[in-house]
Amino acid sequence: MRAWFPALLVVALAAVLLFLTLPLVAVFVNVPPGRLIASLGEEGALDALWLSLQTSGIALVIILVVGTPAAYLLATRSFRGRSAAVTLIELPLVLPPAVAGIALLAALGPGGILGGLIEDAGVGLVFETAGVVVALTFVASPFYIRQAQAAFESVDPTLLGASRTLGAGEAETFVRIAIPTARAGLLSGTALAWGRALGEFGATLVFAGSFQGVTQTAPLAILERFGTDFTAAIALSAVLVALSAALLLAVKGLSGSAAPGSRAAA
Amino acid sequence: MLRLEARTRQGDFELDLTLEVEAGRCLALAGPSGAGKTTALRIAAGLIRPDAGRVTCGEQTWLDTTHGIDVAPERRRCGYVFQDYALFPHLRVWQNVAYGLRELPRSQRRRHAETLLERFGMRELADARPATLSGGERQRVAVARALARSPRALMLDEPLSALDARTRASAARELGGVLREAGVPTLLVTHDFAEAAQLGDEVGVIDAGSIVQRGTATELAAKPRSPFVADFTGAVVVTGQARAGHDGLTVVDLDGGAGTASSAEPHAGGRVALSIYPWEITLLPATGQAEGSAQNRVAAEVVSVTAVGSRVRVGLEAGQPLTAEVTQTAADALGLVPGARIVASWKAAATRLVDL
Repeated sequence: MRAWFPALLVVALAAVLLFLTLPLVAVFVNVPPGRLIASLGEEGALDALWLSLQTSGIALVIILVVGTPAAYLLATRSFRGRSAAVTLIELPLVLPPAVAGIALLAALGPGGILGGLIEDAGVGLVFETAGVVVALTFVASPFYIRQAQAAFESVDPTLLGASRTLGAGEAETFVRIAIPTARAGLLSGTALAWGRALGEFGATLVFAGSFQGVTQTAPLAILERFGTDFTAAIALSAVLVALSAALLLAVKGLSGSAAPGSRAAA
Repeated sequence: MLRLEARTRQGDFELDLTLEVEAGRCLALAGPSGAGKTTALRIAAGLIRPDAGRVTCGEQTWLDTTHGIDVAPERRRCGYVFQDYALFPHLRVWQNVAYGLRELPRSQRRRHAETLLERFGMRELADARPATLSGGERQRVAVARALARSPRALMLDEPLSALDARTRASAARELGGVLREAGVPTLLVTHDFAEAAQLGDEVGVIDAGSIVQRGTATELAAKPRSPFVADFTGAVVVTGQARAGHDGLTVVDLDGGAGTASSAEPHAGGRVALSIYPWEITLLPATGQAEGSAQNRVAAEVVSVTAVGSRVRVGLEAGQPLTAEVTQTAADALGLVPGARIVASWKAAATRLVDL
């Protein structure tokens, strides 16, 4: 009788694993491998995958370049409105994707608040590849910034102080000490954001549409096939699952090798 | 010469410090935790900005709040050894030491760092990561790293507290040598009076944000200016009412009905604290004979008996708590056990008086 609680824990974990992996396994066992490869040759499939990689890659670069210093500021300084800023950054996390798309239209679309400005600048967003990047950045950046902020907060502030007394200015300390010691957290934030961007669907559809080769990312291509050719939809899904899993494993590997540093800092 | 004047308030805590240290000298700031010791070092290094203050080092002004001067920490050249050493975990030992060598061409940094590590007997560990080092090794890397930049002043925050008792003695000797050699003003912070006495040319006892007494360790122990300083130097402190006695002695009626004690120090009378060092107290059987008025005798009950090395620390209750330190042989001869009644005795000349 004493062991009922450990047993409960094991049962709970088993249920979680079964529930989460069964659909993923089903995606692969449902399609013969030959059909899977053949489906990639179908019109639009490779286009969609390539577009997904491109747009999510660009969005990720934007998120890293702008989000990292922003997260560092939130993590290392206290200022008026800091907690309001944190809440605003988290808001897109709870927004339904379709709402995010509509909000983007209202802000950056032809009739939106900044629509005129963007039109004058000669940049096309709606129904354009650039619009996909905007949608992905909007939806995915909170995942990275939240994680990056937590990672920077766990960096021992005396390490930053030590760097300053050794002659490094704030910028150099950020690059040479803060980023390397927060590396594991930054990488897992990167993986989360990239995963979210690769799977993004609702905001992209509403804001940028679904035009093959221009705005039709892999998830949108899957949706299109879903209505007409279920096998093709499953085949493309399998590819996306494999790609995401590879991404997750790669980042885990990277942050694993950064672990000694993060352990010592804890 | 490093001069520091600072006033600052952090919540309930108020710091009001003035101090100066000559080049080549080490001032040890000693006091309980929360007394503001580390804050003083951080202000000197520029990691904290006080509400008001002035910090100068040699000809340079590092901080002057009235003139709006606040030199960034990276431009002060103030070496700092942090309490937990703050080695960069992602860098190898030599990279930690070379971190501050920005004026040297990249190609010479490793060689220079290795020369320094050699001095600390750490050359073989140049490629190790900090996480794999022992406490003593980390301490040496941290000191080497702080010295690598040829600092204008040196701050040491509890440099020995992270070490185990065995390594501490040798590390203290080594650090003492390094400090003499460095020839810059050094501020050291510790909560341990013995460590302050060992490493500091002078000791400043700091309590609640200000220095309550400054002097050599011997001076502080011999003439504590307050019960706090006496207690901090390791003395037993008891209180009582003083009055003039015979032969130039001062007689003190001890609080708690323990009887009287005499001191060779003259005193006009009034409330006083007496401080005696535990090793100056001898224990006698309760039936022992008096040895003249210069010898204080107080009846006491043994509360605790703790062996510390070859000595025995005896906790006593005599209306006020007392602590005596005697040899194991003496303890055995007296049959010291909790509850035993004995007489604590000490010389009038060993009794220091501090006004309350």
